[in-house]
Amino acid sequence: MTDELVDIKGRAQAPRRSRLGEFFSSDFFYMFRRSPVAIISFAVVALLVLAALLAPLIAPYDPFNPASLNLMNGFTPPSTPNAFTGDTFLLGTDDQGRDVFSTILYGMRISLFVGFAAVLFAMVLGVLLGLIAGYVGGWIETLIMRIADIQLTFPSILVAMLIFGVAKGFTPVEYRDQMAIWVLIVAIGLSDWVQFARVVRGATLVEKNKEYVQAAKMIGRTGPAIMLKHILPNVLSPVLVIATISLALAIIAEATLSFLGVGAPPTQPSLGTLIRIGQGFLFSGEWWILLFPAATLLALALSVNLLGDWLRDALNPRLR
Amino acid sequence: MLAFVLRRVFQSLLVLLVVGLVAFSMFRFVGDPVDNMLGQERTQADIDRLRTQLGLDQPFPVQYFKFLQGAVQGNFGVSYRQGRPVADIIAERAPATLELAAVSGLFAITLGIILGVFTAIRRNGVAANAIMTLSLIGVSLPTFLIGILLIYVFSVELDMLPSFGRGDVVDVGWWSTGFLTKSGLMALILPSITLGLYQMTLIMRLVRSEMLEVLRQDYIRFARARGLRERAVNFRHAIKNTLVPVITVTGLQLGSIIAFAIITETVFQWPGVGLLFINAVQFVDIPVMAAYLMLISVMFVAINLIVDLLYFAIDPRLRVDGRH
Amino acid sequence: MTDPVLSVKNLVVEIPTRRAVLRPVDDVSYDIAPGEILGVVGESGAGKSMTGNAVIGLLDRPAHIAGGEIWLKGKRIDNLRADQMRKVRGKEIGMIFQDPLTSLNPLLRIGDQLEETILEHLPVSRAEARKRALQALEEVGIPAAAERLGSYPHEFSGGMRQRVVIALALCAEPSLVIADEPTTALDVSVQAQIIALLKRLCRERGTSVILVTHDMGVIAEAADRVAVMYAGRLAELGPVEQVLNAPRHPYTDGLVGSMPMASAGKERLRQIPGSMPRLGSLPDGCAFHPRCPKADAECRQNPGPTLDATGGRAACWFPVSQEVSA
Repeated sequence: MTDELVDIKGRAQAPRRSRLGEFFSSDFFYMFRRSPVAIISFAVVALLVLAALLAPLIAPYDPFNPASLNLMNGFTPPSTPNAFTGDTFLLGTDDQGRDVFSTILYGMRISLFVGFAAVLFAMVLGVLLGLIAGYVGGWIETLIMRIADIQLTFPSILVAMLIFGVAKGFTPVEYRDQMAIWVLIVAIGLSDWVQFARVVRGATLVEKNKEYVQAAKMIGRTGPAIMLKHILPNVLSPVLVIATISLALAIIAEATLSFLGVGAPPTQPSLGTLIRIGQGFLFSGEWWILLFPAATLLALALSVNLLGDWLRDALNPRLR
Repeated sequence: MLAFVLRRVFQSLLVLLVVGLVAFSMFRFVGDPVDNMLGQERTQADIDRLRTQLGLDQPFPVQYFKFLQGAVQGNFGVSYRQGRPVADIIAERAPATLELAAVSGLFAITLGIILGVFTAIRRNGVAANAIMTLSLIGVSLPTFLIGILLIYVFSVELDMLPSFGRGDVVDVGWWSTGFLTKSGLMALILPSITLGLYQMTLIMRLVRSEMLEVLRQDYIRFARARGLRERAVNFRHAIKNTLVPVITVTGLQLGSIIAFAIITETVFQWPGVGLLFINAVQFVDIPVMAAYLMLISVMFVAINLIVDLLYFAIDPRLRVDGRH
Repeated sequence: MTDPVLSVKNLVVEIPTRRAVLRPVDDVSYDIAPGEILGVVGESGAGKSMTGNAVIGLLDRPAHIAGGEIWLKGKRIDNLRADQMRKVRGKEIGMIFQDPLTSLNPLLRIGDQLEETILEHLPVSRAEARKRALQALEEVGIPAAAERLGSYPHEFSGGMRQRVVIALALCAEPSLVIADEPTTALDVSVQAQIIALLKRLCRERGTSVILVTHDMGVIAEAADRVAVMYAGRLAELGPVEQVLNAPRHPYTDGLVGSMPMASAGKERLRQIPGSMPRLGSLPDGCAFHPRCPKADAECRQNPGPTLDATGGRAACWFPVSQEVSA
C-alpha cells in the first residue's frame, strides 16, 4: 500500500515526458516485454488486422467481382498450375474458381469488422445502461438489472441467434443479404451488453458516494454530466479489459453464426461462412478450401483470446 | 427452507412469463402470421376469417393469455415451413438432442472433475501443467472447428467413426434411441466429445481452482495433522467441499449444453431440436423459434431450480438455518 | 531426569525467497519430559508456530527444515519419509489449531471425523471406534455426547468446537500435543476453561504439551517450563516461576513487565519500545539490541550465547537477573 503511494508520488514528481515515452517506460510495457505469449499474440493480431485493412491492396484477385472469375479455375490446388488455364493460386481456389487467399483476406475484414462493431455497440449500450442503473437507482435500476439477469440465464450465442432470426423476419426479403452484416452486429452486440452493464453499475455504485461526485453535485452539475465526465473515466479500466475479452468472444460468435448459416451471407463471406462452404469439400479431397480459412480463424481467435487473458492479468489481477 | 424454495419457484415462473412474452411478441409482430399461412390467392373474407380463427382480433393481453394457455398444453401452432404442428415436430426430434446432451454432460462432468482434481493435487507436475495449457487453447477454440477437426481425423483420415447422423435407431414407444445399436453408439462418440469438450474444460478449471482453495483451508491442515492418509484428505475432506460451489456452475453448464447442441448438431447433421431450430432461424419459421425458446427456458429454469435444491442436499449449514 | 519425549536440537527452518533466505526459526533447541507442559511464548512472527509445524512435519512449502534434528521418544523424525511421518502425526503427536471455527470440516459430522482418526491409528473395529469417539467427546465435556456425534461443526459454539478439536487431537492417544494458540480465537470467558481442560486431560494421560501462545497469562496458568522466542531465536528457557519472577533476558523482562497482574497494585504497566524486526531486515548481532536498554557494542556484533537444550540460561550477554542456583 505504502509502496504504491510512493510510486504514484514519485511519478508525479518526475519531469514530464511525452505520452509515448511515458508508455514505453511504464510498468505495463515492461510486463508486456517480459511475456512471450503477449508479444507473439500481439504480433499475430497486428499482422492479421493489418492484412485485413489492406486487403484490397494485398489480395491478388477481387473474389467478389464476377468478371474476374473463371469457373475453369475451380478446385485448383494450392501453388499448382490449373490443368486447363495454367493459372497458379497461392492457397488454391474454391469450387467457383475464387482465389482462397483473397477470400480469406476479405473474409477476415468482415470477421474483424463485425467483431469490433459488435463489441463497440455492446460497450456503448452496456456502459450507458450500467451508468444509469448505478447512478439513478430505483425502479430503473431494478428493471435494467432484471433484464440483464434474465438474459444472462441464456448463453449469449442463443440470444444472438434469436435476435438474428427476429431481425431477419422484420427485414424485407430482398434486403436480407445486404442487411445481414448489420443485423449480425446488432445481434451479437445485444447479446453481450450485460457484462459491461454489470461491471459499470457496480463501479458506479462505489464512485457515486465519493467526495468528488458530491462536490460536482454541490456546484450544480447535472446528472448526465456527472455520469459521463466524472464517473465514466473512473470506471473505464475494467471496461477496456472486458472489451478485449468480448472481442475474442464476438469474433468466435460471428464465425459460429456464419458457420451455422445464420450470419454473413455467401455474397459477403466472413471466415465462418468460408469454413461452412469448405466443410462441403472435406470428403471430396479439396482440403485447402476448408483448411486455410479454419487456420486463419484459429490463429485470430487464439491470439485475441490470449492477449485478452494477459491484459486482464496485467491491468487488474483482481478481476480473475 | 420452504420459503426459500417458494421464492425460487416464484422467480422462475416470472422468468418464464417474460420469456413467454418475448416468444409471443415474436409470433405476433414478426411478419404477419396471416400472410404466412394464406397463399397468394386470398380474399379479404379469408383474411378476416383466419384472423378471428386465430384470435388476432382480440386485445393483446387476451391473446397473450391464450398463447400461454396453449403453450402449457404443448400447443405451439403450426410450422410455417413444414405445415405440421410444432409440438409433433419437436417431440420427434427431442430424443436425439436429449441423448446427445446426456452423453456429453456425463462426459464433461466426469472427466472435468477427474482432471480438475488431478491437476489440483499434482499442481506442479508436468502432466498437470500440460493439461492446463491444452485447456487454455481448448477454451479459445470455436466448437465447430473442434467438430470439423474430429471429423477430419476420425472419419476422413482414419475412417473409424461416422461423421453425420445418428446411425440406426430403435423405437421404444414414442422415444427413438441410439443407445441400443452399435452404429447408434458409434455415431454418438464424435458429437458428444465436440459438445462436451468446452464444458469439460470449464468444469475442470473451476474444480481445480476451487480444490486449490479448499486445500489451503485450516480443516485440511488439521486433517493432515491428525495423520489421515493423503487419499482420505483429498477425496473425503477436500472433494466434498470443492463440489459445493462447483454444482452451480456445472448445473448451468448442463443447460448450455442443450443450447450449444445447435452448433454440434449442425456440424454432424444430427437430427435433433438444435438443427430444427437453426433451420427455423434460416427460414424465419417463427412458431418453431418461439416453441424452442419456450422449451429451452423451461429447461434452464428447471435446472437452476434443481441446482438450488441440490445445495440443500450437500451443505448441512444451509439445511438448518435456511439462510441463502 | 527421564528420557525426554521430544528433543529439538539446533533446529533451523528456512524460507527461500527471491531476495534472500529467511530464517523464521534459527538454532532452536529444547527438550520436553513426559507429561510436561512447555509454554512457547513470543510475538507474532517470532517463530513459535513455525517451530511447532516443523516438529509435526507440516511446514508449508517453500519453508523447510534446513538444519538440526528432531527426536521423538529416541527416534529421529525430521528425516522420515512423508508416509512414515504421516503415521507419526495424530498417533504420536497431536495438534490443536488456533481457530476452532475453521479447523473442523464443515461438511462432515464430528462423529465421522473422530472415527476416521481413530480407525486410522488404532487397530480397532468400527464399533469400537464409535465407542471411543463417544468416550472422547464425553471426556472433553460435551453434554449429551451420544447425540452430538451426529452433529455438524456449525451446530456447536466456538468453545464447544475447540473441545471437539481437542478430542480429535487426543483421540489416538498421542504422547505429545502441540497446541498452537488454542485460546486466541475464543471468548475470554471460555479461554480459562479450555486451558484447564487441556491441562487436566494431559495430566491424566501423561501427555506432554507444547503450548504455543503470545499470552503470558496462559503460560503462568498452565506451563511447567517456558521458552521465550524472539525473531526466530530462543531468548530464554526455564521453569515458569523462575522466568516469570526473575527474568534474565531483557526481552522476557519487558514481556513480564507488560503483564497486568491483579496483585500488582497501581504500578504503571511497562512497554517495550519499538517492534520486532521483520525477518528480511534483522539487525546484526543480537536481534533485540535496537530495543534493548542495556545493549552495547558487543550486542550489535554478536548474537547472544546459544541456549543448550537443558535450559536455565538466557541468550543474552547482560542478563537482567543473576543466575539463581538451582
